[in-house]
This record gives sequence, C-alpha cells and structure tokens, in this order.
Amino acid sequence: MDSAPASDDVYLRPSVQTAVKLLIVGHFAVGKTTFVGTLSEIRPLRTEEVMTEAGALVDDLAGMRDKTTTTVALDFGRLTLNDRLVLYLFGTPGQQRFTRLWQDMTQGALGALVLADTRRLSQSFEVMGVLEEHGLPYAVALNQFPGAAGHQLDEVREALDLLPETPLVRCDARDRVSSTRALISLVEYLLNRTGHLEHA
Amino acid sequence: MTSRRRPADRLVRSYVVTDGRAHPTRNTLDLVTLLIATDDLPLTGLNPEKRRLMELCRPGALSVAEVAGHLSLPVGVAKVLIADLMDSGHIVTRAPIPAARPTDARILQEVLDGLRARL
Ligand SMILES: Nc1nc2c(ncn2[C@@H]2O[C@H](COP(=O)(O)OP(=O)(O)OP(=O)(O)O)[C@@H](O)[C@H]2O)c(=O)[nH]1
Ligand SMILES: [Mg+2]
Repeated sequence: MDSAPASDDVYLRPSVQTAVKLLIVGHFAVGKTTFVGTLSEIRPLRTEEVMTEAGALVDDLAGMRDKTTTTVALDFGRLTLNDRLVLYLFGTPGQQRFTRLWQDMTQGALGALVLADTRRLSQSFEVMGVLEEHGLPYAVALNQFPGAAGHQLDEVREALDLLPETPLVRCDARDRVSSTRALISLVEYLLNRTGHLEHA
Repeated sequence: MTSRRRPADRLVRSYVVTDGRAHPTRNTLDLVTLLIATDDLPLTGLNPEKRRLMELCRPGALSVAEVAGHLSLPVGVAKVLIADLMDSGHIVTRAPIPAARPTDARILQEVLDGLRARL
C-alpha cells in the first residue's frame, strides 16, 4: 500500500489531548464495517492481529511458521469530537475464542455497541457473553435489514434477555444520523451508570 | 491497505522487522495511545520499517491503531516498533496517557456533547 497518506486530515489536530474508544461488535455480516465507515471522518482503516487457532495472540513469532494461525481483522474509524478529544470506533468480530484480543480491545474502552439482526438474534448471545465476561457495559442496536419482520422492541428485548436498563434502539448502519443516535444512546447509558455508581 | 500476501509470508516479514521479538519493550501502549514523532533525531541506523513509521508520523499525531493500519502491520508488530522508537527518543506519546477511566463522567459528558453536536 501507499504509506504516506495524501490528505492532511489523516492527522489529528495538534490540539487533541485525549483519545477514547468505543467498540462496535456483533456477529458475522451484521454491519460493523458499514457502521464504522458511515461515522468515520477518515477513510476507515483495517489492521489485524495474528492469532493461533487456540485463540492466543501470537507471542513467539519465531516458532509460528509451522503452527496454524488465523488473522482477526479490526476495522476502525475516527471522530474528532472537539479540539481536545477524539473518539475511535473499533469494529470487532465477536468470537469468544479470541480471548487475548478481547482483553486488548476492552482495556480502556468506554463501552460497546452490539449490532444485532432481528433475523438472527440468537447469534448475538456469544458477543454479549464476552462483553459481560470482560465487564464492558453495552447497548444494543438493531440494524434494519430488508425482509426483517417488524418486531416490537419489547419482544426483542425479551428474546435477547437484556437487563431492563440496557438500551435497545433501532439503527441503519448506512445512515449517519441514525448511527450517531445509536452511539448517543450508548453514551447516555454509560453516563447514567457512572451516576449510579457514584451514589451507590 | 489489504495485503494479498498470505499470513505465513506476513509472519516471516513480521519476524524480520521486529528482529524476532513479539513483545514491545513497554506495555503501556494502547490502540488509542497518541504518538508524536520528535523531529530533531536523525533516522540513520533505523531499519526500513522504523523509517517508514517515522516518515508516516512526522507530519502529525496518529494513534497506535492508525499507524498499524497505514503501514499494513499487525498491531502487535507495530507496538514492538513503536516501543523501540520510544526507547530511542524518536517517538513520544501525548501525556497524559489516554487511558480514560470508563467511569470518568466528565469524559463521557464531553463525548456525549460532541456526538450531539454532529446531529
Ligand atoms: N439493508 C441494510 N444493509 C446493511 C446495513 N448495514 C450493513 N448492511 C449490509 O450488510 C452487509 C454486511 O455489512 P458489513 O458492514 O460488511 O458487516 P460486518 O459486520 O462488518 O461483517 P463481517 O466483518 O464480515 O463480520 C453489507 O452488504 C452491507 O452493505 C443496514 O443497516 N441495512
Ligand atoms: Mg466487517
């Protein structure tokens, strides 16, 4: 690839002091890459981690050539929120077996947005389980695909067995306003939780 | 950006560019740690991958993840190179290290305001 990116806005504003991250997670083909691409101010980037089949990050590259490895793609994008603060969105597949990757991803993350598809709700359980295991708070956004029946949100909430306080919203990952609203629901929830924690 | 090389080839390359190491010399690097290249140190003596990294970073600040993405390197490999360049003084991270505590209400409020302003 061409290493020196052409456009100036590849780089952060010089005044930016703090970076935070949110994870966009969900099962295969649920719209993670689309969501990140819709909101990112830079051309979305992709990087990868090399994992062994057993799910560990490769940590001895020298010994790796005969072992079976797999690569896990991370899509990410960036939103400058004000002169000082930038938000990174990381789209990550939800497989449980990538334990080390999850530790790295959830470390320092503010929270996660779980994208779900009403035609395949049960496929969201694995990723919700992983988030719960890592103690990362999340909201759920139903990505609207054609041919999906118009489920009521309370039916979906029950099917996903969500806690009463977990936000559940609809979104269209191709639409900027809709996707921004889904993130807002997540962050409002995260903020409310801190209030509860402080008063607890 | 997407390499057509097979993972095995990339592994061999990764092994070479990091001198066979998989662990960075420091573990404070997060995906969103912000990196700034110092511009007073010569690049002589740096291997080609580190030189490419420095050339990428000189025009302005980028996160660890962005550096890995632009250079088509796995995150783990990028971290090894970055840590070396921090040791040699070529790269500094923007203080404070951006490990925003998830319970930091002030940061969350700022994120919320920033998102709302985009509607
Ligand atoms: N109708 C509709 N299609 C969508 C929406 N979001 C994504 N798609 C389509 O669904 C397909 C999969 O979307 P991706 O964004 O690639 O999904 P992903 O979760 O990144 O997929 P993997 O990385 O392969 O797991 C693409 O063809 C998208 O165009 C949506 O909100 N509505
Ligand atoms: Mg994807």
